[in-house]
Amino acid sequence: MVAQNIKHALFCAVITLIISYPILGLDLIAEGIQIKLSGADTSTYIGIAAAVLIVFLFQLFRPAITGSLSAIGAANPLRDRKPLPQDKRVRLERAALILIVIGALLWPFFASRGSVDLATLVLIYIMLGLGLNVVVGLAGLLDLGYVAFYAVGAYTFALLSQYYDISFWVALPLGALLAAAFGFLLGFPVLRLRGDYLAIVTLGFGEIIRILLNNLTSLTGGPNGVGGIPDPTLFGMEFGRRIKTEGNTSFHEVFNIPYNSDHKVIFLYLIALLLAVVTLVVIRRLVRMPVGRSWEALREDEIAARSLGMSRTGVKLSAFTIGAFFAGFAGTVFASKQGFISPESFVFLESAIILAIVVLGGMGSQLGVILAAIAVTVLPELAREFSEYRMLIFGAAMVLMMIWRPQGLLPMSRVHIQLKQE
Amino acid sequence: MHDVLYFLQQLINGLTVGSAYALIAIGYTMVYGIIGMINFAHGEIYMIGAYISLIVITGLATLGSAWLPLVLLVALICAVIVSSSMGWAVERVAYRPVRGQHRLIPLISAIGMSIFLQNYVHLAQGSRNIGFPSLIQGGITMGAEDGFQTSISYMQITIFVVTLVCMTALSMFISKSRLGRACRAVSQDLKMSNLLGIDTNRIIAATFVIGAALAAVAGLLLGMYYGSIDPLFGFIAGLKAFTAAVLGGIGSIPGAMLGGLILGVAEAMTSGYLSGEYKDVVSFGLLILILLFRPTGLLGKPEVEKI
Repeated sequence: MVAQNIKHALFCAVITLIISYPILGLDLIAEGIQIKLSGADTSTYIGIAAAVLIVFLFQLFRPAITGSLSAIGAANPLRDRKPLPQDKRVRLERAALILIVIGALLWPFFASRGSVDLATLVLIYIMLGLGLNVVVGLAGLLDLGYVAFYAVGAYTFALLSQYYDISFWVALPLGALLAAAFGFLLGFPVLRLRGDYLAIVTLGFGEIIRILLNNLTSLTGGPNGVGGIPDPTLFGMEFGRRIKTEGNTSFHEVFNIPYNSDHKVIFLYLIALLLAVVTLVVIRRLVRMPVGRSWEALREDEIAARSLGMSRTGVKLSAFTIGAFFAGFAGTVFASKQGFISPESFVFLESAIILAIVVLGGMGSQLGVILAAIAVTVLPELAREFSEYRMLIFGAAMVLMMIWRPQGLLPMSRVHIQLKQE
Repeated sequence: MHDVLYFLQQLINGLTVGSAYALIAIGYTMVYGIIGMINFAHGEIYMIGAYISLIVITGLATLGSAWLPLVLLVALICAVIVSSSMGWAVERVAYRPVRGQHRLIPLISAIGMSIFLQNYVHLAQGSRNIGFPSLIQGGITMGAEDGFQTSISYMQITIFVVTLVCMTALSMFISKSRLGRACRAVSQDLKMSNLLGIDTNRIIAATFVIGAALAAVAGLLLGMYYGSIDPLFGFIAGLKAFTAAVLGGIGSIPGAMLGGLILGVAEAMTSGYLSGEYKDVVSFGLLILILLFRPTGLLGKPEVEKI
C-alpha cells in the first residue's frame, strides 16, 4: 500500500516538475532578432521545488489528508444547519437586495470620484451578469459570445451619435432592441443545437462580430474605435462645463451651483444604478411568470418539458433574446461612460469574465450574481499589486468552483409552495 | 495559366495548415468521442507545445548543437513529453472530479483551465510574441509564369510528412494495439467496458495524453511555419481545430483529418481571393453552417437521443 503510494506520489511529483520547470524556469528573451534563453531568479526555483514537494507529500499522505479534511468539515457548526424556510429565505433575499439598492443610492454623494467611477463599472457588470444569468443560469444555455450583444449595444450608440447626433436616451432603447434583434436572429437557427455545440457557435458568433468591427474600417473606424461619444443629459441639461449641443442648458447654470466635474460621474452612476435596478426587477418578475417557469422547466428536463407541450425553440429564444436585450442596455451605458469604444473591449475574455460572475454567484441566483459582480470587479482594484495574476486566479477559481461548489456561492432556490407537514 | 498556378499555391498553403489543424483536431475528437466533453484547454496544450519546442531549440543553439534533424527531434520529443504531462495533469485536476455531472460543469471547468494555462504561460514567458527561427529553409518551384511562381517549401513538405507519419501511427495504434482497442471500446460504451474490466480512468487519461502529444507536434510545426508565437495563439488555433473536428464529424478520427484539410483549404482560399482578415469569419461561419445543416458532420454517425 505504502509502496504503491510512493510510486504514485513520485509520478505526480515528476509530472509537476515537467509541467512547471521548462515554462517557469527557462525564460525566452528576445534581443533584437536573436532569442536567448535565461534562467529565472532563485525565488522561482524555490517555488517550483516547493510545488513539487507539496504535490509529493499530498499524494503520499492523501488518505490521511482527505480524512482530516472531512474531520474539519464535520467540525463545522453550520454543517448540520437546516436550510432556511422558504418564505424566510425569500424575505431575507428581498431585504438584502433593497438594502443594497438604498445603500448604492446614497453612497456616491460621500465617496470619491474614482470609486464612483468604479462603481459604475460594477453596475454595468451587474447588468451583464443578470442578463447572462437568464440565459445560462435560468435557461441553461451556455452562451460564450455574450459580449457580442454588449458590443452591439455599445456600437449602436457610438455610431448613431457619430452619424446622426442621436442622444443617449434615444440610443438606449435602440441599442437594447438592436442587440435583442441580433440575439433573436442568431438564436433562431442555433437554439436547436445541443448544449456544448451552442457554446461553440455563440463563441464563433462573438468572434465574428469582433472581427467585423475590427475590419469594417470605413464604418466603425476599425481598431481605432469610435470616440467623442456624448454624455447623457438630464431633461436637456448637460453636465459639461460648456454646452456642446445647441438648445441644451447646463446643469450647474440651471441650479445655480458652481460647476463640479463630479456631477457628471455621479449622474452616470445613478443612470447605471437605475438601469441595473430595472434589469433586476424585470428579470425577477419574469422568473415568476409562465415564461420564466418554462425556462427552468426546459433546463431541468427537456424531454419532460416538451412532452408537456412546451415549444423548445420558443422558450429558449425568449431567454436568449431577453439576455441579449440587457447586454445591449449595458453596452449603451458602457459606451457613454467611456466616451470611446474599440473592438478591444469586446474580446472573448470579457465573455469569460461575465460567465465567471454568473458561475461564481450561483447560476440562477440574482443576489449571488450581484455579489459576484462586485467581487470580481472590486477585488482586482483593491489588490493592484496582484493585478497581473487576476486572470490566472480567475481561471483557477472557475475550475475550483466547478469541483467544490458547482452550484455557486449562493445557489438559487426556486420559489415554490409546499404543503405543511404535520 | 496564371490563375491555375495561383489556385495551386493557395491549395498547397491550405493543405499545409489544414494538416496541422487535423493534428490538433484529433485531440478534440478523441476526448469528445469518449467522454462527450469539449476540452477547451486543448488549444493551450498546443501553445505550450510550441513554447517548449522553441525553448529547446534555443537552448540547443546556445549549447552549440547544430545538426538540424537532431535539434528538431529533441525539440519534438521534449515538447511531446511536456505537453502530454500537461494533458494528463489537466485531466486529473480539472476534468476527472467533475466527470459525469451536468454537461455545463465540465465545460466551464475547461474554460477556466484554458484561461489559467494562457495566463500561466503569459506570466512566465511574457505576453509579447516571440520570433520562431525558420530552421527549414528553401523549397521547390513547381511552375512560374508572369512573375508568379508556385512553390512548395521544404517546411511545408516537412509538415505533410510529419502529419502523415503521426496519422498512420495513430491509426495503427487505434486499430491494432491493446490500448487502442480499449479506447474504441470505451468510446462505444463507457459503462459496459468498465464492467468488462477495462480501467476506464486509465483509458480516458491515455486519450488526453495522445491528444496532447499530437497537439505538441502541431505546435512545433505551426510555430515554425508561422514564424512567431505568443501565449494567445493557441486559442484561435484551438477553435479552428474544434471546427475541423465538428466539420468532419466529432468523435470520428478520419473525420478530424478530413475536416482539418477542408478547413485549411477554405481558409487559404479566403485569404487568397478575398482578404486575410476574413479567414476567421469564414471558418466560424462554416462551423455555424455545418452545425445547422449537418450537426453530425461529414463522417459522423447520427446520435440517437435516448429517453
